[in-house]
Amino acid sequence: MKALNRSFLVILVISIALLITINRLNASQGFSGDNTLTVYNWGDYIDQDVIKQFEEETGITVIYETFDSNEAMMTKIQQGGTTYDIAVPSEYTIEKMVEEDLLYELDHSKIPNLQYIDERFLNLPFDEGNRYSIPYFWGTVGIIFNPELLPEGMEITGWHDLWDPRLENQILLVDGAREIMGMGLNSLGYSLNDTNPEHLYETLDHLEKLTPNIRAIVGDENKMLMVGNEAMVAVGWSGDAADIMWENEAMDYVVPEEGSNLWFDNFVIPKTAKNIEGAHEFINFMLDPEISAQNTEYVSYSTPNKEALKYMPEEMVNDERFYPDAALTDKLEVYENLGKENLAFYNELFLQFKMYRK
Amino acid sequence: MQNKTFRHLFMLPYALWIILFVIAPILLVVYFSFFDIHGNFSLTNYKNFFTATYLQMTLNSFWYAFLITVISLLVAYPTAYILTRTRHKQLWLLLIIVPSWINLLLKAYAFIGIFGTHGAANQFLEWVGIGSRQLLFTDFSFVFVAVYIFIPFMILPIFNALDKLNPSLLYAASDLGASKWTTFRRVIFPLTLDGVKSGCQVVFIPALSLFMLTRLIAGNRVITLGTAIEQQFLVTQNWGMGATIAVFLIIIMVGFMALTSIRRRGV
Amino acid sequence: MEKKSSSFANLFLLFIFVILYAPIFYLIFYSFNSGGTMSHFEGFTLDWYRELLQDTRLLIIVLNTLVIALLSALIATVTGVLGAIGIRSYKRRQTRNTLLSLNNVLIVSPDVIIGASFLILFTMAGIQLGFYSVLLSHIAFSIPIVVLMVLPKLMEMSPSLEDAARDLGASNWNVLTKVTLPYIAPGIFAGFFMALTYSLDDFAVTFFVTGNGFSTLSVEIYSLARRGVSLNINALSTLMFVITVIFVVVYYYLATRSGTKGANLRR
Repeated sequence: MKALNRSFLVILVISIALLITINRLNASQGFSGDNTLTVYNWGDYIDQDVIKQFEEETGITVIYETFDSNEAMMTKIQQGGTTYDIAVPSEYTIEKMVEEDLLYELDHSKIPNLQYIDERFLNLPFDEGNRYSIPYFWGTVGIIFNPELLPEGMEITGWHDLWDPRLENQILLVDGAREIMGMGLNSLGYSLNDTNPEHLYETLDHLEKLTPNIRAIVGDENKMLMVGNEAMVAVGWSGDAADIMWENEAMDYVVPEEGSNLWFDNFVIPKTAKNIEGAHEFINFMLDPEISAQNTEYVSYSTPNKEALKYMPEEMVNDERFYPDAALTDKLEVYENLGKENLAFYNELFLQFKMYRK
Repeated sequence: MQNKTFRHLFMLPYALWIILFVIAPILLVVYFSFFDIHGNFSLTNYKNFFTATYLQMTLNSFWYAFLITVISLLVAYPTAYILTRTRHKQLWLLLIIVPSWINLLLKAYAFIGIFGTHGAANQFLEWVGIGSRQLLFTDFSFVFVAVYIFIPFMILPIFNALDKLNPSLLYAASDLGASKWTTFRRVIFPLTLDGVKSGCQVVFIPALSLFMLTRLIAGNRVITLGTAIEQQFLVTQNWGMGATIAVFLIIIMVGFMALTSIRRRGV
Repeated sequence: MEKKSSSFANLFLLFIFVILYAPIFYLIFYSFNSGGTMSHFEGFTLDWYRELLQDTRLLIIVLNTLVIALLSALIATVTGVLGAIGIRSYKRRQTRNTLLSLNNVLIVSPDVIIGASFLILFTMAGIQLGFYSVLLSHIAFSIPIVVLMVLPKLMEMSPSLEDAARDLGASNWNVLTKVTLPYIAPGIFAGFFMALTYSLDDFAVTFFVTGNGFSTLSVEIYSLARRGVSLNINALSTLMFVITVIFVVVYYYLATRSGTKGANLRR
């Protein structure tokens, strides 16, 4: 009993000491003050120095919270009880959030730096007139590969190359129904927003033929696996490709010639916001060409800010893999919101594809 | 009478917990399970569950949970037994628990590195002369890592049961001429059965709804009910179907509990 | 009898420990890597540690994680022990099994479901998301594991022990503190440590119920996954691991010094 009592007390005392320390630290960082802005973003998706500059310039303390998937983030905002002033959803989530009335309309007069955004990336179907969202980064879905490991004489230019028997057990797919079904649809010449059940079943058949080549269906760990040469080829986002190429220069990335997906991560102001003024200030600050350039160099995804490109290293800007020309971007499609039922059907087919592969 | 009020007083926080954090969520889950994707009241989800895909998944979950439990037991029992016979047994026991405090995702990443084509495990196999082979994304690595994660949960209750075995019982058995095996089978094991059962419960039950590892280590080669719920809730946002699968998980759990219920001594 | 098989036994134990610690040493090894990933080791550096020490935000998150883990495990242990004693006091096996099944619902439910339903509960009750909602949730999902760890110890305890004490005139409170609790202490410690594990490892539930700037290490690490977990997290895990081991060893040393040898952790 003595040991029980003592342990109980020790733990209690340690906890209280920790709590006091946390309070002190929070106060010293200004996190418990009044003038704060809560940014809800993906982990490590912003240069912390940029945040510091914003804090110095405006006197607002930024609280940075993170999420790991669009859906989870949306559920949080939907349920309330939180005070996120800025969130960074991907484009297909924005449509859903607008439908559910979770977003404030943006006041463009408070975001003069909007002029620097490339027109190609404005006024897109998921948010016409950019009433609710401003693009933050964009990218594509494509094929990441290590040319040194590929079989002699093999070149990869499009989706069809993945079905090559020489790639047996050498492909990592990303675990996303839209991405993989989209890949199948594109390789058959259909739109990746196709909802015709016949086309979708045909796609499933086609994908099943890919089975012998698939090593695994993975998530974010694909970066680690590719850098470690676990497989020759991976299907994934250009952002991952940039990270992988940063770690291993031998790697290459190609946007498939059959067409592929164009994605966006965007700033929005959720209805949970308390500091709407500060949120506009933040968005405008992030669109400043020099700030945007600095942030882009840190994150290494593609920026929609055409003015920012002037402040960035040339080899980054001229890299066609990450800043493809208009001819290729025209072939890319943005995911449309297909509605719950079609989405469920996509997922059902993808699940079958995953289940019956051995 | 006085005993009863004492008991009620005891149970108060626990009962409160059951009502707020168990019964209320169950009701919520059961309620959700009756709504289809459009938010209409229907039994579609239950009908969907009885299709080949989900039944196969149930079978998978069952099979892997079973494998993981049995292997954990086979490793944990001798470990616990040897531990009770070491000098600083409490310290060793604590050191068995410590690795479980390191973040699971990080440990999974470490295993990806170890089991990878060019990882330490393959280099070892090469060195031994077996030659490297694909370890990652196989049933073997999946079960291995799952057992790794659950093993402390199995060792603890078994250790506690073994630790207080009366040594004189064992001496008595060997004095009576029982062989080591007989002593184990007739004396030690039956006396530690409660610990074993409780170990199996704390491994089997969470193993049923294992997800993350199915992707990280098995590369989605293994798909269990846990993975499906995850998908339904987060990706498809079909909470109804997710809830329905959860209902079945709970039913399986109740069955398993009935099977392994602990009897009370001396009643 | 103990000496004969000891060399084989020690080898087995060594093997178990090597496997348990292999991924952790893997993580530690790469925390000194001057390259950016856990794939190839390029050269030795302490940069990740330097970076870590300047990161106040991360420090706050680590401290948050520890407070939540310790407090939730403590409260869950108290509640769980009382609950287990309560469950035992029911004479009918049927009642006990029902209670136990309810107890285990949270263990079998995947984290997303628990997280989502707790989130709904908290927002319905109007509880601000943050420290308290996270603490409450962690207590809630740790209670069942405590009960499962304590119950076998309670069941093996002969009721005549308590009856005898009562016959000798001990009050209920005395029976509890002088007889029952000391007897089940190993189970209580096991429960506490497993609750700690649950709390430190949890990502999904915390993610859903947190808010207003409050974050824990798991949430932080998982949200880093999309961009790749940086090696300063390895450095952080290394530091936490080393501190934990030192703490465990010192605690054990003090406990054995001050009390009767080796018995303190149990009694």
